[in-house]
Order: sequence, then C-alpha cells, then structure tokens
Amino acid sequence: MKSSFKHKSSKAEALFVKLTTGCAIIIIALMAGFFLQLLWHSLPALKAFGVQFLFSAAWDPVRDLYGAAGAVYGTLVTTLIALCIAVPLSFIIALFLVELAPPWLATVMGHALDLLAAIPSIIYGMWGLFILIPIMQNYVQPFIGSTLHLKCLPFFSGEPSGSGYLTGGLILALMILPFICAVMRDVFKMVPRVVKEAAYGIGCTTTEVSFKITLRYGLQGMLGAVFLGLGRAVGETMALLYVIGNAPEVSKSLFAPGTTIAATLANNFAEADGLFKSSLFELGLILLIITFLIQVAAQLWLNRVREKSGGGL
Amino acid sequence: MLKVKSLLTAVAATAAGLAAFTADALTINGAGASFPAPVYKVWTYNYQKATSTVINYQSVGSGAGIAQIKAGTVNFGASDSPLKSEDLEKAGLIQFPMLMGGVVPVVNVSGIKNNQLKLSGEVLADIFLGKIKNWNDPQIAALNTGVALPDQAITVVHRSDGSGTSWIFTDYMSKASKSWQEGPGRGTAVKWPVGVGGQKNPGVALNVKKMKGAIGYVEYTYAVEAKLTMVQLQNKDGQFVAPTQESFQSAGANADWKNAPGLYMELNNQPGANSWPITGVTYILIHKEQKDAEIAKEMLNYFAWCYKSGAASARKMDYVPMPDNVISLVQNLWLQIKNK
Repeated sequence: MKSSFKHKSSKAEALFVKLTTGCAIIIIALMAGFFLQLLWHSLPALKAFGVQFLFSAAWDPVRDLYGAAGAVYGTLVTTLIALCIAVPLSFIIALFLVELAPPWLATVMGHALDLLAAIPSIIYGMWGLFILIPIMQNYVQPFIGSTLHLKCLPFFSGEPSGSGYLTGGLILALMILPFICAVMRDVFKMVPRVVKEAAYGIGCTTTEVSFKITLRYGLQGMLGAVFLGLGRAVGETMALLYVIGNAPEVSKSLFAPGTTIAATLANNFAEADGLFKSSLFELGLILLIITFLIQVAAQLWLNRVREKSGGGL
Repeated sequence: MLKVKSLLTAVAATAAGLAAFTADALTINGAGASFPAPVYKVWTYNYQKATSTVINYQSVGSGAGIAQIKAGTVNFGASDSPLKSEDLEKAGLIQFPMLMGGVVPVVNVSGIKNNQLKLSGEVLADIFLGKIKNWNDPQIAALNTGVALPDQAITVVHRSDGSGTSWIFTDYMSKASKSWQEGPGRGTAVKWPVGVGGQKNPGVALNVKKMKGAIGYVEYTYAVEAKLTMVQLQNKDGQFVAPTQESFQSAGANADWKNAPGLYMELNNQPGANSWPITGVTYILIHKEQKDAEIAKEMLNYFAWCYKSGAASARKMDYVPMPDNVISLVQNLWLQIKNK
C-alpha cells in the first residue's frame, strides 16, 4: 500500500524533497554568506592591525587607530552582570509560579511575563535613559560608593555618572529575565507529578522538593534557558546604546562608561569609511564568532549533562 | 449600496488625481548632514507646495551624505565638513554653502542660569580633555568672578555617533587649544579622553538635562528647544559673547569667501567683537556633470528658491542664511555644471 502510493506520486515526492532541501540550504548559504562578507570587508583592518586588534583598546578615528578590546570587554562585562542578576531571579520566580503560587496568580503573572518578553528593546533603552540613569546617579551609585564605603574597591571607584557597565548590565538583566524565566517555568512544569508527589510522600518540604527534585530534573532545560538569555544579551543593541555611555575603553570601575560591540556598530556605521568601516566589519565578525562559540559551548555542555544525569528533559 | 458606490468613486477619483499629480512631479533625492535637517524639512515641504516638485531629504549624517553622492545614489549630498578642492576635483563634485549655524556648549550646573557661566576656548578644551574635573576649579572661577560655583564633579557628554556637529565643535577646540589639537584633534568622530556618549543632538541634550554637573554641545536649535543652560564664550577678539542669531551672523559676515578655493570655509574662531566662536557652515554637494538635464535644472531652481524664499524660515529656526555676496559667488559656480 505504502510503496504503491510512493510509486504513484514519486515525481511529486522528488520535487518535494528537492524543494525542502533547497529551502534548508538557504540557511547554510546565509550563514556562510554573512561570514564571508564580514571577512572580506574586514580584510583591510585585519591587514593593518593583525591580532593586535583584539587586545588593543585604541579607538582614534582621527589617526585611524582601532582596537576591539573596549567593545569586547564591555560586551562580556554587561552580559556577565545581566546573567548574574537574571538567572537566580528567574529561577526563584519560576519556582514560585510553578510550586507555590495559587493557580489564578500564576496565570496572571505568567501572562505578564509573556508581555514583558514582547516589549521592544528600544523601549527598555528609553526607560533606561529617562528613569534608570537618574536613579543610578542620584541614589544607587552614591549608596554603593559613599554610604557602603565601597569606593576604595576599583569596581566601584569614580564619580557616579548614571550610565556605565552596571546600568547597562541591569537593563540587560531586565530584558533577558522574561525569556529565561518563561523557559524555566515550562521546564519546571514538565517535571512529572508522580516524582514530586513521591518526594512529598516521604516527608520532604517544599524547599527540598524544589532543590532536590525540580532543580535536578530540569537542569538541562534550565541550561538551555540560560544560553537563550546569553545569546540575546550578547547581541543586544538599542537598549544598551542609551545607557552604556558609549566610550570605547576598558575600565575596572563598573560605574565608568563603556561600550559593546553592537553599540559601537550602531553608533559609527553611518559616518565611517575606509579603515574605520573595515574595523567595524571586523568587530561584527568578532561578534558573529562569539555567538557561534556560545552555541557550540551550549551544545557541548548539554551533551555532557545529558550523559551524566541520563534522561531528564 | 449607493453609499459604497459613491465612496468607491470618490476613492477612484482621488487615486486618479494623485496619479496625475505625481506623474508630472519631479522627484529629487538628497541625503546627508543632520545639522541643517530641521530647516531642509521645512524647505522641502514648502517647495513641494509651491511647485509640486518632490524633494526627499534623508538626514543620515554628513559622512553618509558624501559617500552617497560619490556613489551617485542621490542627486545631491549635504555635509557639515567641507571637502578640500582636490577631493572635489577627484570626485567630479562641486560644493556650495547653504546655511550657517551655531554649536553651543550646554551645562547642567547647580545654581547656574542661562548664559551666566563664562568660558574660554582653552578652559572648554581642558574640561573636555578631563584636565578640569570640578566646577569650582580655579581656572573656571577666574573667568567668573562673583558667580557662586558649586563643588560639583564635571561629567562630559559628547556625541557617540559620528557627526558634523562634532566636526564643528572639535575643529573649534583644535583652533582654540594647542593641547586639544595635539591630542584628540578634529573629526566627525574623535578619541574623546573623558565622558559619556549620547545619541545624536537629542541624546546629548537629554543626557545633559538628566546628569547633574554635565557639560555637552549641541546645535543651537536643540539647546533652545530643550531649554538647556547655555554659556558665554570668549571669542577671538577676547570678548565674551552669548549664543544668539546675531552673534552667529557676525561670525559669518567676517569670513573671506572670495579667497576660499572650492568655497572651503571654516567659520570657527572668526574675528569680530560680536562673533560667536563656534559657527559652522553646512554644504551641498552635486556632480559637475549631470545625467538628467531636467532634474539638474529643477535642482538648481530649488537651491535658488532656498536662498531667496527659504531665508525667512531658516532665520525663524535660528539658522543664518547666506549673505547676498556669497549667493552670487555660488550662482557663478553653477555655470560650471554641464549635462552629459
């Protein structure tokens, strides 16, 4: 039956296979195209600065000297701050939604979470500029620096200007929080009831069930959520542009203005030419490679966790 | 039913009317500087009303404007930093000035009112170099006897994007201060020694407004619109002047246009007791050899209209139109334009 069906429509079938393969190839072609295009346009910068480009924080358009260190450093620092804030917070919120909240509250909050994820990044940026920067400058940064006397630490030194790595990281944390949280919530929901009920049955508390059952069962899915947030944070442009301070430097202080790769590109493309433009393309290439490495690392890690824990989600 | 029918007829009639309207209307495309963009928007709107010619102006930035006219994707380009005559020759372009305008330092210092604070070029450059860090610095106090200066840290705000406004501002500081010239120098984007970057004119204005102790620079219109605190600057003649339409005009009046090859002119730090020291000229760039005679003719008509009928609206928006002697120089230059 099956074979005769196949035989009859073999032409249509072949066409279908070709069509789907063709469409799938577009993805690979696009990816390779992006990579080659970026590589081609960054050749002048690669020739002029070589490997030094990665480690130099120079950024002087008047003398045509460029380096990626400031932008790469800013990207990594803001992403790290964002993850440090967003991951534990998402975990707690997701646990509350799945384990503790009454169903009606969980539904309302769940919808709010999905809505938060849908807010365009430019809105976060404007909010950061209008609301968060004055709060940071007038309250948070003076509190950390002067009231807590942490000024002597290099991370919190310098005058509070409102913008900078810390403010950028905070905005990023808010932006990736709904994504991480939504995925974690779904992961926790998929933990089989039977396992949890068994744990309660032998006298476990909610805390014990959360950390010993839900957390371990959903570890793989949670890592996936973290990498999703990480991927979004690394490439975020518009929100950071308004709060990071846009200074291509490497500063120890989290209060100091910095920049990220994406923000540098957005700021400078319109007016750039020659070696300046080529350096921007090389920055784009670096961003693409970072994103690629994150993907590979995520995949490897997931494989390892899967082997170790066996099964799971 | 009848209603629907009459509605449809009306829509069809309007569509036909629009089609007829756009059929004989020429479209001219321009792109470039954002510094004069507010005026260009008003001009294109009024010109379209008067003649039905459509002028599209994209305010994408001076650098992009130059790149696009060189590539031939637009009919005219606009730039705040003039091209040198050899560059013009190489690209087959001519350039002429369209408007003049002032760039003003704006501050947010506790207790300081509009046009109260006095600064000199050297002090301004030292602030932007990060050498002067506090508003009660003796160098600032020396220029402001009798003004109560607060003990407040200075936060410098500059443009984060490449910009013609930055070119005008850094060109001024290079002329006024040796250490700025040898340090960051002048350009649409430079290596700013200190400070945070704001997006375009509105971004800088907002940052200055929100950050206590901030100093930045914006095109004059933006400072007026955002009600920012401006400062007086010491000009080449040693006088302190406030930014006004008259002080911009005075800077333009003293310039020697006749002896400027390719009409290349830098209006910063011009002589004259009333001259505002940070004044810029914004330029139009067109190809010497025009592909389409009709468009070329209409484009020159438009620019002639801008000089003549656009002056009033430019003045209303605090820009300075070109004086008559410069306009006649420009119109002589237009005689060089040929059709292919």
